[in-house]
Amino acid sequence: MTRAESDILRFSDVKLSFSGVKAIDGISFTVGRSELFAIIGPNGAGKTSIFNVLSGVYRPDAGEVSFDGQALLGKRPHQIAHLGIARTFQNVELFANLTVLENVMLGRHHHMRYGPLSAFFWLGRARREEITARARVEEIIDFLELEQWRRFPVGLLPYGVQKRVELGRALAMEPKLLLLDEPVGGMNVEETEDMARYILDIREDLDIPIILVEHDMGLVMDLADRVLVVDFGRPVATGVPSEIQNHPDVIRAYLGEVQST
Amino acid sequence: MIELFEAVFRGLGQGSVYALIALGFVIIYKSSHVISFAQPGFMIAGVVLVTYLVELPGIGFWVAVPLATLLTGLFALGIERAVIRPMVGRPIFAIAIITIALDILIRTVAHAYLGINVRHVQDPWGLRTMSLGPLTVQQRHLAAVLAAAALVAVLFLFFRYTRMGLAMRAVAQDQEAALAQGVSVGAVFAMSWAMAGGLAAVAGSFAASGRSVDPLFWLIALTALPVIILGGLDSLPGAVVAGLVIGVAQALTQSYPHWVSFLGTNASVIVPWLVMILVLVVRPYGLFGTREVERV
Repeated sequence: MTRAESDILRFSDVKLSFSGVKAIDGISFTVGRSELFAIIGPNGAGKTSIFNVLSGVYRPDAGEVSFDGQALLGKRPHQIAHLGIARTFQNVELFANLTVLENVMLGRHHHMRYGPLSAFFWLGRARREEITARARVEEIIDFLELEQWRRFPVGLLPYGVQKRVELGRALAMEPKLLLLDEPVGGMNVEETEDMARYILDIREDLDIPIILVEHDMGLVMDLADRVLVVDFGRPVATGVPSEIQNHPDVIRAYLGEVQST
Repeated sequence: MIELFEAVFRGLGQGSVYALIALGFVIIYKSSHVISFAQPGFMIAGVVLVTYLVELPGIGFWVAVPLATLLTGLFALGIERAVIRPMVGRPIFAIAIITIALDILIRTVAHAYLGINVRHVQDPWGLRTMSLGPLTVQQRHLAAVLAAAALVAVLFLFFRYTRMGLAMRAVAQDQEAALAQGVSVGAVFAMSWAMAGGLAAVAGSFAASGRSVDPLFWLIALTALPVIILGGLDSLPGAVVAGLVIGVAQALTQSYPHWVSFLGTNASVIVPWLVMILVLVVRPYGLFGTREVERV
């Protein structure tokens, strides 16, 4: 198999600017079909902008993005979700007034096809699809050990649990690619370890490729197959974790220039 | 005492109609934050449709109403698609003003079809009465209450258990996150307009029972405005409760005008609006609405 066929995502020379500020300035990378690819960089480096390009929220000025052989640019966010890209958000974007069950059920939205009329009359198709969806949702709730919270409105739950619910909602979509935006941001050590375990389980049991944006270097170096470092919207280095840790440009981007006195 | 309860029941019948129209307002507001003033237009369009449909052979009230509901729903959906959707992202205020124009337009066309003839929905009740325990009530009021109760139950189940209902609740809270789940926000807007149009048609059909449809008929729908202010713009239960409250308040002041004699004669007409002003002063977000939190 050639390299191109084994890639689920190709992100080629993308440029995006907001009234003169270059958020993404010529970044390219590829993600393999069972790869965990991490993107790191200082705050404001453009990591979340890359996610927003991938999920169709931002439209870049130049470049190409192809997912599973299809061009993504120009597609609307809900169409991209239908193609099989699921994401979580840096600041949890759950539906606070809905229960855990309902939030995860929303992830099943695009797997159900029945229309408004069969919904209003609760015809066989609507009932069948809802029951199937509910069964899948229960599996995910088991997988992420959310059983005890099922009926709680999400807004009342602890932050770490909310992050897990958001992951569950993304998994319910049965994505072909999962985008995790700081999955352990703001978590304590114990919660971080739990989340790392879930991410590993997702790779091993579900075999879903993941793009991970994260500040927790320990987590990134432990989990990632390859790492892309960005700074000021520009690529600094790409490589396996051990290369990245000792890369002089990376150290400079994080710690600043060593001043010779 | 009997008389009092009969007045209350009359109010519930009228209030059910207000509640259905108000539900349409709230459904649109929740999904898109647009206050649609086109509800009276959809109501009159639906009613006029019913009056024509019942004249066709083999079509009675019970066939004409669901048919007109469906058609009005589709009509509202088309209006959303053609007129409102291109305005997405523009100031909400501008969109609200457009809905006023839509309302006038739809009403004018519908009124042209009313003409000078007296038109009826040919409902099976007319002004007949029946006994409900010790009370003597008009059948049409009972029918309106039952119809509203059934529709509210269906709506509840729809929002609670179906994918589209869940998607609509999700869009009301966070559009970006809903998009990321593959929810088409456009489809949700279209759906909410279709539902609002359908609800207005049903409401109109029951409001028109026992009377003729004339060019002032649409004023009934205008009373939904005080109702949504009282109930809260974004609360479905609020629309139902407030609809009934306003209906009863109106019926009581009609039966007991001396209670509000300081307002002059025929005060029941302005009672809903007085309630609205009162609510705006003391509790502007309504009984059940979300209190806006604005940090400056």
